[in-house]
Amino acid sequence: MQPIHLQWIDYTILIAYVAFVLGIGWALARYMKTSADFLTSARSIPTWVTGLAFISANLGALELVGMAASGAKYGIATAHFYWVGAIPAMIFLAVFMMPFYYGSKARSVPEYLKMRFDERVRALNSIAFAVMTIFASGISMNALAKLLTNLLPWQFRFDLGGLHLGSYDVYLWICSAVVLLYVLKGGLTSAIYTEVLQFFMIVLGFAPVVYLGLQDVGGWHAMNHSLQAVAVNPSALYLKDAGISYAPNAWTSAWQPVLAGPAHNPMGVDLIAMIFGLGFVLSFGYWCTNFLVVQRAMAAKNMTAARNTPLVAAVPKMFFPFLVIVPGMIAAALCTIPDKGYRIPPPIVSEENYAKAIDVVKSAAPADSYAAVKAVGDALGKKIDTGKIASLVAANAANKLSDTDIKQGLYNGIAENDYDNVILSLVKKYCPAGLLGLALTALLASFMSGMAGNVTAFNTVCTYDLYQAYVAPNRNDNHYFWTGKVITVLGIVLSIGAAYFASMFYNAMDIIQLVFGFVNAPLFATFLLGMFWKRTTGTGAFIGLFGGIASSALFHAFTTVPSNLDASKHIVSVAKGGYLGVLQVFPSEMAQNFWLAAFAFIACFGLTLLISLLTARTKSDVELKGLVYSLTPKIVDTNMPFYQRPAVVGIALLIVCVILNFIFW
Amino acid sequence: MGLDIRWPIGLMFSLIGLLLALFGLAKPSESMSLSYNINLIWGIVLLVFGVLMLLGALKGGKNPPAA
Repeated sequence: MQPIHLQWIDYTILIAYVAFVLGIGWALARYMKTSADFLTSARSIPTWVTGLAFISANLGALELVGMAASGAKYGIATAHFYWVGAIPAMIFLAVFMMPFYYGSKARSVPEYLKMRFDERVRALNSIAFAVMTIFASGISMNALAKLLTNLLPWQFRFDLGGLHLGSYDVYLWICSAVVLLYVLKGGLTSAIYTEVLQFFMIVLGFAPVVYLGLQDVGGWHAMNHSLQAVAVNPSALYLKDAGISYAPNAWTSAWQPVLAGPAHNPMGVDLIAMIFGLGFVLSFGYWCTNFLVVQRAMAAKNMTAARNTPLVAAVPKMFFPFLVIVPGMIAAALCTIPDKGYRIPPPIVSEENYAKAIDVVKSAAPADSYAAVKAVGDALGKKIDTGKIASLVAANAANKLSDTDIKQGLYNGIAENDYDNVILSLVKKYCPAGLLGLALTALLASFMSGMAGNVTAFNTVCTYDLYQAYVAPNRNDNHYFWTGKVITVLGIVLSIGAAYFASMFYNAMDIIQLVFGFVNAPLFATFLLGMFWKRTTGTGAFIGLFGGIASSALFHAFTTVPSNLDASKHIVSVAKGGYLGVLQVFPSEMAQNFWLAAFAFIACFGLTLLISLLTARTKSDVELKGLVYSLTPKIVDTNMPFYQRPAVVGIALLIVCVILNFIFW
Repeated sequence: MGLDIRWPIGLMFSLIGLLLALFGLAKPSESMSLSYNINLIWGIVLLVFGVLMLLGALKGGKNPPAA
């Protein structure tokens, strides 16, 4: 990645954003009087604000980066994460689950679990959740610090008593300090308000990039036409190994390639894994039980506002694929148009290695092109396109090329892609100074609010579900108010630690994501049984949840993907599974993940059911009122106009979602 | 919560929009992408959005409606 040159106007936009975020924190500080103000916003925020914060909390920069990457890798089918995954789950949360979360007066998801089951389930869930939020926030900050190190021209180098601090450290600590300041001042409200600000930054910062990109590839139809060429020969873009070919609509149809089977779509998934694994288990597990997002709805000012929060969120969410996935598709399409001079960015190669490779090209004996190509590959340290490098060597031998031209040839000849750089490469390509500042600020905003969102969920769970529950119960509210603040600082410090962890180990990210999957996959089964079957017991839920997590870890240990098997059928990386033996090889990691989720869900569901039937109920019908569907009076919303009733709005949204699926059939 | 979020959103985008539009006017040659003066165009879009937010905050008074 060549450094980006920022002008004063870009810095001004960046600084203006940070100033406003801090200003919001300061303006809110005077309203922070009790622990509830600080940790739960005292249930006072209007629906459109909680609704936008609801999607923003999930729309971290990693989502932006990852969705564009998947758009290039898999095409429009990536939208399943929205149209099969998020939307139905958000509607289910609004119509069926929110009444219990909000109506029970629980301050957090773990607290609901304590009311419904017992302390064990709460402790298990809150500890797992606290650890996950710290790592999630650390991942965000690591990515942000890396981005700034590559982007900003100022390099730092300090020696503090033998401790070396570089640019990465400086940016990591400065950004964490900004987040700490505004969260400490304004609590959850600060985090929610900045998430709304971030929502508009992302939409308004990336919309022009998508528009310009689409114009450049010649419009929507021209893009789809170019993507047909990609689908037929994906190895030309180094998307797949040579020899793999799909039907022309593999990148542009969402359903037909999936229906055709795992060998016929670039994701390598089948219909059951898609609908049950992703649509049902993973998405419902995430959107309906993850306190990070549910907390936003719980901050709403009344029950109707709380139920409408996910519905308000579903409207923009439905159209987000056009903002976050289409850029990836534009990138893939651009690669097929030679005179655009674009390729999906290759992995970063150091300037020294480029210099070495340039020397190799210059000194290569044209007669022995095989040796020259191999030497270039060794100098670059990457997989290379032998055809392109050979013709580069030949072209240089015929008439001497300049160093810049050779370097460009080498850049184009690297046969690997760094998909995570797709979005940044488009921003760089289409944004002049000014707009560039806006787009980069949008990225910065989403990284920072990724940290803020996780830290505000972490401090609530730690204060109410761990500290108040087990360490110091029955203190006055002022005590918990200050505990909340101390835990916020602790959360930021731990996140910085997690950021260093993520930056130090090559596959730390993969492993963290993997553990998230283990913990999240079975969770929805516990909630489903708990909310809709009064017979579910605490022991059943606890053992079921534990068994579900254990079974997902075991499932992973016994399955793997083809790329993780070397020639002698041994596994390459523990992170991709199969380390206890290979019982099943899935066509892709995505298929492995979806099936793992489905398996863990069934294990948790079955175990909870079985143990509940074998153990006696510990909570009476009266105690479960407001917590279980059959024991809770139905919410009467016939006094509202029909178009405001959550069930009606939910159905309308589902219909729109189905239509979207049909359009991109 | 006492602060209406539309104030900071409106102020920030009006400010950034104005800045972008002025930059686009002053330096059209540095603001081109494809064949558009994108800074000018998008600056105006942001400015309009920001002003609408400010108007909403003004009209809504202290308590924004739960739209």
